[in-house]
Parts: sequence; structure tokens; C-alpha cells
Amino acid sequence: MSLDEFFVTGDPLILASQIAIGLTMIGLIALITYLKRWKWLWNEWFTTVDHKKIGIMYIISGVLMFFRGGVDGLLMKAQTSRPELEFLDAQHYDEIFTTHGVIMILFMAMPLLIGLMNVVIPLQIGARDVAFPKLNALSFWLFFAGAMLFNVSFVIGGSPDAGWTSYFPLAGKEFTPGVGNNYYAIALQIAGIGTLATGINFVVTIIKMRAPGMTWMRLPIFVWSTFITSIIIVAAFPIFTVALAYMTLDRLFGTHFFTVANGGDPMLWLNLFWLWGHPEVYIVVLPAFGMFSEVIATFARKNLYGYKSMVYAVAGIAFLSMLVWVHHFYTMGNSAAVNSIFSLTTMMIAIPTGVKIFNWLFTLRKGRIEFSTAMLWSLAFIPCFTIGGVTGVMLAMAAADYQYHNTMFLVAHFHYVLIPGVVFAVFAGLYYWWPKMFGFKLNEKIGKWHFWLFVIGFNMTFMPMFFVGLDGMSRRMYTYSASTGWAGWLGFSAIGSIILAAGFAALCYNIYWSFRYASRDVGNDPWNGRTLEWATASPAPHYNFAKVPEVDRLDAYWYMKKEGNTGLKKSDLKPVHMPSNSWTPIFLAVVFGVVGFFLVFEWFTLAILASIGIVVGLVANSFDYDDGYHISVEELADEEREWRGDLQ
Amino acid sequence: MKGFKKLFGWLVMLTIPFLLAGCESNLIVFDPKGPVARSLTDLIIFSIIFMLVIVIVVFALFGYIVWKYRARSDDGNFEPEEEKGNHLLEIIWFTIPVIIVIALMIPTTKTIYEVEDVPQGYEEEEPLVIHVTSADWKWIFSYPDQDIETVNYLNIPADHPVQFKMTSAGTMQSFWVPELGGQKYTMANMQTNLFLVADRPGSYYGRNTSFNGKGYAHMDFEVQALSQDDFNDWVQEVHDTANTLTEEKYSEILEPTVIGRMTFNNTHLEWIDHAHGGSEKYLNPELYRISHGHEDHEGHDEKSEEETDSNEDQTKTEPSQSEDHAHH
Repeated sequence: MSLDEFFVTGDPLILASQIAIGLTMIGLIALITYLKRWKWLWNEWFTTVDHKKIGIMYIISGVLMFFRGGVDGLLMKAQTSRPELEFLDAQHYDEIFTTHGVIMILFMAMPLLIGLMNVVIPLQIGARDVAFPKLNALSFWLFFAGAMLFNVSFVIGGSPDAGWTSYFPLAGKEFTPGVGNNYYAIALQIAGIGTLATGINFVVTIIKMRAPGMTWMRLPIFVWSTFITSIIIVAAFPIFTVALAYMTLDRLFGTHFFTVANGGDPMLWLNLFWLWGHPEVYIVVLPAFGMFSEVIATFARKNLYGYKSMVYAVAGIAFLSMLVWVHHFYTMGNSAAVNSIFSLTTMMIAIPTGVKIFNWLFTLRKGRIEFSTAMLWSLAFIPCFTIGGVTGVMLAMAAADYQYHNTMFLVAHFHYVLIPGVVFAVFAGLYYWWPKMFGFKLNEKIGKWHFWLFVIGFNMTFMPMFFVGLDGMSRRMYTYSASTGWAGWLGFSAIGSIILAAGFAALCYNIYWSFRYASRDVGNDPWNGRTLEWATASPAPHYNFAKVPEVDRLDAYWYMKKEGNTGLKKSDLKPVHMPSNSWTPIFLAVVFGVVGFFLVFEWFTLAILASIGIVVGLVANSFDYDDGYHISVEELADEEREWRGDLQ
Repeated sequence: MKGFKKLFGWLVMLTIPFLLAGCESNLIVFDPKGPVARSLTDLIIFSIIFMLVIVIVVFALFGYIVWKYRARSDDGNFEPEEEKGNHLLEIIWFTIPVIIVIALMIPTTKTIYEVEDVPQGYEEEEPLVIHVTSADWKWIFSYPDQDIETVNYLNIPADHPVQFKMTSAGTMQSFWVPELGGQKYTMANMQTNLFLVADRPGSYYGRNTSFNGKGYAHMDFEVQALSQDDFNDWVQEVHDTANTLTEEKYSEILEPTVIGRMTFNNTHLEWIDHAHGGSEKYLNPELYRISHGHEDHEGHDEKSEEETDSNEDQTKTEPSQSEDHAHH
């Protein structure tokens, strides 16, 4: 392979990115060295097992990936803004919509949600960490290795170009012989192992680590939705693991699971992909529902209406999510009976979702609604998501779907579900829990700019897509002729995307501004919260709770405050046992990344040599007898005094 | 915070007329030109009415609640009462969606079954059989009974049922003529079936909706519905003027290119039906190697080159009452 094939060449946009990436890397390394921060980075972040720091690293990665995926989106909007533009060629456009989809779902939505879950869940259940802190670090670093491997594709070797769904036979060697789709198979596999481990970790954490007295029906709703999400992860991700393994075997070793030749079955890929892919949608949407519930209850200053029915609704959605995958290919020539059954199961999802919408509305009713930025996101979610929901019901009707399938109508629909359902939730969650992570609030005024620009831009970008889809425009077209009459819709949509991007820029500016100037005096409970995470300092101390709180009902902290029961007696303190940092997770992830890279290029000798590192890491980990350390009562008392004043 | 509600109200008001306008305008999906497409459009409009009612109810409730219970400086910073759920209310809003789902499910199932068969009113007629073979990035239509093959255009008799037997020579595609009916996938080693009828003579837009690589955006075709007499004339004319397709020429056509229209007076079904396997014989992964950058315009050059050597009979059979649609 010549160097010319190794690096992607010939495209000025990509060349500029290559230079930019190179310069940024050199700049970062120089900066860290200049500030003498390497040791700090290693000790405080790279080897940490603290769920809050891991959560923050997930969030930083998610925001970076949001930027990358967003740029992809903007390039697509620019290319289709006018008919027959020659801004991007077909190949480049195909790569960009593929990476846009993969990055936004797997490397933006997932880490932002898992990041917030990491930060919040142990605090909400009154635990000191997750059940398996070191595994948690491994999850993050594997995700990160997968994400980096995937991103490197656009400058080295070429990006995957068969769509985020990578349908066979197109995604097979028969039709995409380069290395691009190897990146898809291998990077997602590595990140997927991390996600699966996260799922297991949170199932165990929520079953085993709840504070005394926190029975199942006293769990905060976000904990419930995370618990059910984790169960779906454990159920669905192994399917993707298997599908990707088959894909890897097909592409690297010439097997015929999904090929046209020699009896392969491409339809098997579609089934496996969506058996994972549909539950995946709920994996990202359900925790988001949980966050909205927390934020709405807090800023309506009321308890969540119909808590039990909310729990049953989440469980019902999770159950149904496994029974609807065929609706992604009604048009594959299934029998009328099959399509009818899957129409029914799909539409049934609207029932628990409708219940949730009404419960949110009735939580707001008779409340005292404060329009904080976190609340604005949660409120805007309701109407926007309703549009996504009703168009989802329209798509669920198989016969009607024959006219929407693979059109821009579908694209508009899932953006109307995923942006309000996930991105709005992540924003709400970031504004809401930011003080708990960093000890200061994000600026509310810039937050309002962020909100209005983003929401208006979002509607302008995606609303026209419904109409252009109904006018016969199929998705993933890099160009179209002027005679189609689509130019107006798409031009409007492109303008919307610029406003959307301005909204994102406002968020970035807000983070910068607040880091520099926001007041550090926010107290432990800036929003008058209801759940345990607000019972401890902001930012939360590394041991979370000096004394594990006792829970006697739902919204425990709300009632503790009412009963004046939030103080801490020094006599109640006991030494706290904490896990030690570990180098094995980041080491293993780096090796996984290197092995993955070699596999992408099918350099098998190098890959086998590098995988010795995996064995080394696992052995080293098995002989790690470090049982952690204890924080003494005196240290605890000192730290607690800092924010509580004197102890009782 | 007044600005917030006002702006939001505006946003809501802006969306509704858009949605309503969608039903009346000449968006292609709402402009059916045959019985199959018409039954789909009826179902779609039926569902949109339900959805609009839901949207209006939820938006109205939302607007009312958010406005009425907003925090005010003169409300004494009161603390709202805690509320338990209300079983009756929860049962009501569980039941309403159940009823809506049932109401939508009945016509959906009916339509699903309906479009699988010859459209109503045409059961007595013997459908014209056309084999559809999709390839990268062109459509090949074979008329076994007429012994004709066309590339990238399709002539059918109007007011007469057509049965499409569809397959693919490689990647998965989706055959869609929105004005005549819904879409269905074409897959190698598989056969899918689709019935369509065009009410009247006219020109209709068809395309692939399932992404299949670099030439995908250009993978569209024209459907010409002709009167039965014009159709017969066209068949005769093809037999008189068109070339014969050889297997060599055929494997050249199957190479991944964007090409123009072609017509032949025989069909490739003589030597292969991709529905029954054997496609790998024509596949060559090396032709799919990619290059980055703008210098690559292979697809377009190919198009102009092919167009010159294809038969030009298409222009001769322009139907008299061709309906001009924005598409094509």
C-alpha cells in the first residue's frame, strides 16, 4: 500500500482537516507540556475510577463529537442547499452522511447520556460509586478508543460510505472494497464492548448499591429509566456485537454471511442490525425521558404526576422496543400478515409514550413553573417531540410507509424524535446538573440565546424535510435537478441549519464564559431539588456522601429539607472505603485501538503482535491486589466543614 | 418571560398551516395517478387528520398549562401542593391512544392486504408482466411476453394492471413510482412482486430510494403510460428498429456506471434471471474502488457517451396528452 492510498488525498477540504488536526495535536501536546500538566492529567483523569470524572470525560467527548457530527451535517446542508451544486462530490457526501449518522447516535448521544448517567445515578441513589469502578473506566476508554479509531478514518484510509445502517450487500467487499467500512465494523465493535459493560455496571449498581430504605418505588425516575435502559443495553448490544463480528469476518476473511455470492443473506444483516438498532433508539430516548421528568418536577416545584404509571410506561416502551424492528423494512417484500403485526406493535408504542406526555403536562398543571434554561429545554421538548411522535405513528402504518420509506419524510421524523428527545434532554441535563459537576452554574442569559437559536434553527432545518419527502425526495441524495422544485425547501432548511449551528456555538461560548466568570457560590442545592444528589456539596466530593443518607420515601431530599433533617453529626462519620486509580483501563483501550487499526488495514501479523498487549493488560489486572484506600473521619469532617460550616 | 410564550405560540401557529397546506398542495404523494397510489393517499390523509387532532389537543393543553401556571412575581412564591396521580384520568389517557391505534390499525391492515393484489376493478384483466432488474446505477426492464428490454425508462399501457417481478443484480435497491404506488425493495437472489396501474396516459417519476453507492442520486427513471394502441405501436416499433442485446453488452451494462436510456428487441432473461442466483458472475469489486477529490467525474462522462449510442426511439413515442409534472 502506498502512502498515497494510506492518507486520503485529493480533496482540499480533507487536506485542510488533516493539517488542522496535525496542528491541533502538536499545539495540545506543547500546551500540556508547557503547563506541566501531564502528571496531573494522568493522575486525576486518565487513571481515575471516579464515576463523576468519568462522566465528565464522557461529556467532553460527546460535545467534541457533537461538533464533528454537526460539521458533517452542515456540509450536507450546504451541498443540497442549491440544485446541482458541486461543493461536495458523491463519494465525499456519502462518507459524510455515514459518519454523521454513526457519530451522532453512537459517539454523541450515547456518551452524553452515559456521561450524565455516570455523574448523576450514584449520587441519586446515595452510593459512593458504581458497582465496578474500574470496569466503568474501561467502558469509557474503550468507547473513546472506538470513537478515535472511527474519526481517524476520514484522514487515513477513507471513511465508511455505506450509511450508518451499512446495509449489505453494499457494505460488503463486493461493492465497497476499500478499508472505509472496515473502520465501521471494528471501531463500533470496540466502542460497543464499552457500552455493554456500562449496561452491566448500571444494572448491578442500581440493584445493589441503593441507599438504605430506597425501595424500588422510591427510586428517582431518572434512576428507573437508567435501570431499564441498562437492561435494554444488555439485551440488545450483544446482537450488534454478533452482527459486527459477521461483518468483520465477511470483510476481512472472506466469509459469506451477508454477500450476494455463495448463498449469503443480506436480509440477515438488516434483521440483526435493527434488532439492535431499534432498541438502540430507546436506549438513547429513555434516559432522556428520565431527565425531563426530574427537571420538570423541580421547576414546576411539584412531585412528578403519576410516578407509578411513568415507571410502567418506561418498562412498557422497553418491552415493545424489542418487538418492532421489522418496521424499518416494511418494503422488503414481507407478507401482508407480517407487516400488519409489526404495524400494530409499532403503533402500540404510542400508548405508553402518550401516557408520559400527559403525565408531564399534569405535573406542570397547578405548579409554579420557573423558566430556567433547563426547564425551557424540557418544555420545548413536549411540542417538538409530539410532532416526531405523530409522524412516527404515520410511518408505523406499513401501507402508508410504502410512500415515506427512505424519503426525507423519514429523515425529518427521526430528527424530530432524536433532537427533542435526546439533544434537548442532554442540554436540560447539562444546565441542571452542571453545578453538581463543577460548582458553578452555566450562564442563564447565554443559555436563553443557546435555547432560542437552537430550537428555532432546529424547526427551520427539519420541518421542510417533511414536505420535500412527501414530494418524492429520497434520502442520501447528494444532488438533485432544479426541475424537481425542491430547491426552496432545501434552501430554507440550509438557512435553518446555520441558526442551529449558532445555537451550538452559544453553548460552547456559555461553557467558556461560565468557566471564567460564573459565581462559584451556588451552594449544594441551587435549584431547590428533590433528590439526593442535591444533599451533598457542589461540586460533589470524591466520596459523594460523608454519611450515606437514609431514605424513607420518594423525593427523599425534598422532605429532608422540610423536616430540617439535612445536617451532619460528626459522631455519625465513619472512615470511607474508596477504590484506587488504575492504569489498566486506559492501557487496554489504547491496545484495543492499535489492534483495531491494524485490523482495519488487514495487517494481521501486526494485529496479532499488538494483541499480546491485551493479554498483558488482563494479566496485570488479575494480579492487581490493590483494595483501595480509606478516608479518615478527620479528613471527611474537614471537607464537610468547608461547605456546611460547623458540624452538629 | 412573556417573550418566551409569545414566540412559542408563533412557532406553533407557523407549523399548523404548513401541515394543512401539505394535504392540498401538489406534493407528489398527495397527487396519485392510479388506484394503488390512491388507496395509499387515502390512508395517509386519514391518518393526518387524526394526527392533527392530537397535535392540536396537546399543543393547546401545553400552551394553556404553561401560561396559566407560570411563576409570577406577585404569586407570593407559593409552594404548589403535592399531587398523587389520579387513576381515572390516567385510565382515560391510556384509553384514548388505544382507541386511536385501533382506529388506525383497521384501515392500515385493509390497505396492506389490498395493495398486495391486482387493484380492484382490474381482477379480470391479465396483467402485463415486467421484470425489473436493478443494477448499479440503472434500471433494466424486461418484457418477456413482448420480448423487449429497456434501460432507465419504462413504457406501460394505461388503465391496465402491470405486475412487476423485481430483483437486483447486486446491491439492494427500492423501486418507487410515487404517483402510481408504494415502493418495494429489489434484492439479488430474491424476487419481490408489485402491482401498479396508471389511470391515464402520462409521464411519471420513478427512482431508487435505497442508497447503493456513488451513482445513487442519478438512479431515476421515467414511467410512460401509453394508450393501449400507442403501447402496441411502440412494441412493434422496437421490434423493427432496436438492436439485439448480447450477453457481452449486458455485462457491460451491469458495470457500475450512470448511463442513459437503451432499448433492445430481446431480454437478458434468456441467459440469466438474477432472482435465481448467478449474479456474482457479473460482479467485479475492482470497479468499485474509490478515489477522493473532484477530479473524478467518471459517472457523468459515461452518461453522455452512452446516450449517443443508445437507441433514440423514445422521442418518437411521445404520448399526445403527456402530463407535465414538475418531476423528471
